Order: sequence, then structure tokens, then C-alpha cells
Amino acid sequence: MKALEVSHIYKTYNDITALKDVSFNVAEGELFGLIGPDGAGKTSLIRIIITLLLADSGEIHLLGKDVVKEYKYLRSRIGYMPGRFSLYSDLTVLENLNFFATVFGTSIEANYNLIKNIYSQIEMFKDRKAGDLSGGMKQKLGLSCALIHKPEVLFLDEPTTGVDAVSRKEFWEMLQELKQKGITIIVSTPYMDEAEMCDRVALLQKGEIMSIDTPQNIINEFSEELIEIKTPDLYEVKEKLRLEFGKNSAFMFGQSIHFSTSSKSKSKELLNEFFEENNFNIESVNIIEPNIEDCFIKLMTKDS
Amino acid sequence: MVDKYQNSIIKVRGLTKRFGKFTAVDNLNFDVSQSEIFGFLGANGAGKTTAIKILCGLSSPSEGNAEVAGFDVYKQTENIKKNIGYMSQSFSLYEDMTIVENIRFYGGIYGMPLTLLKERTNHMLNRLKMTEYANKLIKEIPLGWKQKLAFSVATLHRPKIVFLDEPTGGVDPITRRQFWDLIYEAIDIGITVFVTTHYMDEAEYCHRVSIMVDGKIAALDTPDNLKQQYNAKSMNEVFLQLARKK
Repeated sequence: MKALEVSHIYKTYNDITALKDVSFNVAEGELFGLIGPDGAGKTSLIRIIITLLLADSGEIHLLGKDVVKEYKYLRSRIGYMPGRFSLYSDLTVLENLNFFATVFGTSIEANYNLIKNIYSQIEMFKDRKAGDLSGGMKQKLGLSCALIHKPEVLFLDEPTTGVDAVSRKEFWEMLQELKQKGITIIVSTPYMDEAEMCDRVALLQKGEIMSIDTPQNIINEFSEELIEIKTPDLYEVKEKLRLEFGKNSAFMFGQSIHFSTSSKSKSKELLNEFFEENNFNIESVNIIEPNIEDCFIKLMTKDS
Repeated sequence: MVDKYQNSIIKVRGLTKRFGKFTAVDNLNFDVSQSEIFGFLGANGAGKTTAIKILCGLSSPSEGNAEVAGFDVYKQTENIKKNIGYMSQSFSLYEDMTIVENIRFYGGIYGMPLTLLKERTNHMLNRLKMTEYANKLIKEIPLGWKQKLAFSVATLHRPKIVFLDEPTGGVDPITRRQFWDLIYEAIDIGITVFVTTHYMDEAEYCHRVSIMVDGKIAALDTPDNLKQQYNAKSMNEVFLQLARKK
């Protein structure tokens, strides 16, 4: 069964189009990622799905129910962790958790099993005010509060923004555990490298979905070769490549240049010829595997 | 490349900072060369902020020495401040002022002569393709523009070193690469770039990267060498191996 079916969603704010013909499905038990930069429409989309915002047009079924007509049914069955820390700073860790359990007519004890692995990491601070927690701990408390009523679908809006790499890693491990327990998870992030933690992802840009697939398939569909060039004259070589092959063909990456063109394959031969003609001092030219960010850029520049 | 980085613009020797019994920064030793992009990484609480505050002349060390742009971190903090630029993601420009007002404001703070300021303003707006938007308020322009502008403003007075704190969080990947283009242009005119970030893919853009764990530098090398040494595919893997070892 589909946990979520989104069809042809449009949303505008005054004259700004936030979402344009967005459609996708999420299967039950799937860990689904909405990947896109600030302003791509991630938050609007999540808020429309979880019944907090109305779309201009289009339809959404969550757990088989229409999100506009059956919002009351749905609200008790979904968990939501917004992008901004939105717990009560003046309440303690335990008071926050108790509050959210009570609002949903349940108790911490009833669903402790579900949050045990997460909450146990902050339980020693249960009498500390939520506002005094570190970023990583706030995030764990936020997740505990979003789970305490045992939701069937969990929505997380940019849960890892501003958290350090260790906490981020731990957070994704927690999501994997929740997935094992059968919870459907929809998570948004501006960080392209987090795509690989998801079963499937939608790449979102300016309110439109550019691609939906497994991270590996998206990478496999990168239609050209990505080439890493090492040279002592990085800046000069990069500039020359751009003049010859276009402004998005070459980018600096620390001690190397990443190069790709829309001409399919053989770009390595093409490059070697170009370097020879121009007498550049080149140390190495290697084909490397693209990452999601490379794919995202390719999709962004496809139409322009 | 070796020749280009021979001049140390930041020299750190035995730098230590204690708060009571807690040692936040523990005997740091490193050099940053002119025109280098130096990544300064570490998990929350590793001591990054404390170390940066010292290097920016905002806090004194408990022990050890450091020179920034040739100035001593104990005695010449005012000189340090004049010779560095700073940009962070959380604060950079005044939202209720226009693009050109922000530029003029920062130029004024650094005491730039009016003619020079005008010349650099025109050049900058031209480079960023923002000339026709010069009178737009900061709050009206997209995030990617703000970040590019904030970086350009932070280097307006041609500091010797510019400190960047998570400079490209949240922007789309093309804008981010354009941002790094600006950074590479800056190093081409001799500016040194000191970057701190939580995002390891930003570390891949740096020439060298140091990783702080519990107040100490646990690793310092080029991203390529670190990946090789730790048998890792990405800087993220390197970082996790070091920071989770505790």
C-alpha cells in the first residue's frame, strides 16, 4: 500500500510560485528524502502534506485519506519535527515529553519502547530545561516528542541543519532503526550528501521535482563522464576550460578541477587533445564517479 | 604549489586555552600559508570556536604563541582585527539596508578612502552582476546572492586573511560552486582563507584540512592524503573515524 500519494500540487504565495505540479508516492515503510536547497519548496510541501497548509490545487492522500477532508483523523497518526526547534524552552526535557504524550492522549510509558534508544541518550538530562540543551540533544528530544504518540508516518523538516557531522551520522542511524520498526519516514534536507541515506529521493528545485529515484539510479543516470584534472596551474586551466566548453563545465575542488560536458563520453580523449594543443602542464586526468550534487547541477542546467 | 605556500600567514605554537580546570584548546601547533584555503574542522565542543576567537584577536590564550598576519595574539589584537575579514552564515549583512549601503557601511568601518571604496564597489557589483540591483534591500535578495555579497564585503578592505564560518550552508549547488569561484579568485590575489564548517563536502574544497578532537588537532593534511591515510572515500568518513573514536 502507498503511505502517501501526492498528485499535481500547486502552491503560490502572492506572485511567488512555491510548488509547481508536484507529484510523487511514498510506499509504506519507506525512508524517503526531499532534497533541495533553501527556497526549493521543501517546507511548503511538508506542511501541505501534514494538513497545516492548503494547496492551491492538487490532491494528497496520506494513509489512504484525503489530507483536506480528513485532517482530524490524520493529525493523530503523523509525527512532525519542524526545522526550527519548536519545543518549550522553559519546560524541562521530561516535561516536554510528558506534554506531547498527554496532548495525544497517551503516556511516555505506553510507547517508551519506540523512543528508548533515542531518549536514553538524553535521559540523564531529564530535569534540564530544553532551551539549555546542545544542538544534538535538542534534536534527540525533538525526535522523541514527535514519536511519543507512535505515529505511522514521521515527517522531519531539515533535522540535520546546523548539527555537526557526528550528530548527523547518529541521527541517520536512529532513522534507520525507526524504519526497521515499520514507520514510514519522509525527511527533507539541503545537504546533497545525505541522499544516500534514503531509500528513494526527490530532487527539488524552485518548486519542481527534477528527479525521483533511488540515489544509486540517479547517479547511474548521470549522462556523461565526470573527470578529475590535476595540474599545478589550477586557476588558469579552469578558466581556459570554461572558455572552450562553457561556464558550467569546470569547477575547482581543492587541489583538482572537476570537468564535464554535455558531449557524451570520450571527454577524456577530448580533454587530452585540448591540453596538448594548449601545452598545459597536466599531472593527471581521471574519470571519477559523480555524486548527487553533480547530478543535481546537471539537472538544474539541463534546460538552460 | 610548494613555493606559493611558503610564507606562513598564521603561525600557531603550543596554543592553549583553559577555562578553570577545563582545557578547551590543548597545545595547538600549525601554520597556514599565504593564499591557502585552510579548513578548520571539528565536532561541536571540540574547541574550534575558542581557537578562532584567539586567532581573530577576541580572546587571549592561556599559554603558547600565535601570530596572525604578522601580529601577536596577546599584544596586537587591534592590528589583527584590521587585517582580517569575517563572514558567517548566521550573520553577515544588514537586512534593512540596501546592497550599496551595506558595502559603504563596511568600507567605512575599515576606514577605506572614499575614492577607493567607490572603485571597489563598482568593481564588486560588476563582478557579481548586481549593479542594477544596488539599491535593493538585503532582505529582498535570494540567499545565494547574500552569501556571495557577504563574502565580497568581507574581503572589500583586502584583508590578509578572511575567516569563513559555514559559508555555503543551504544554497543550491550551482550557487555554491559560484561562491567557491569567488574564494579561488580571492586566493589568486593573495588572500588567505580560513574555513570552519560542519559539512565535510565543504572540506573537499580546501587545500589542507585540520580536524580538532577534544581540544587537540587529531589530523592535518590535504583532503586527498587524509582520505588515503584513513582509507576513506570521503572527508565525512575521515571525520567520523577521528571524531567518534573517543
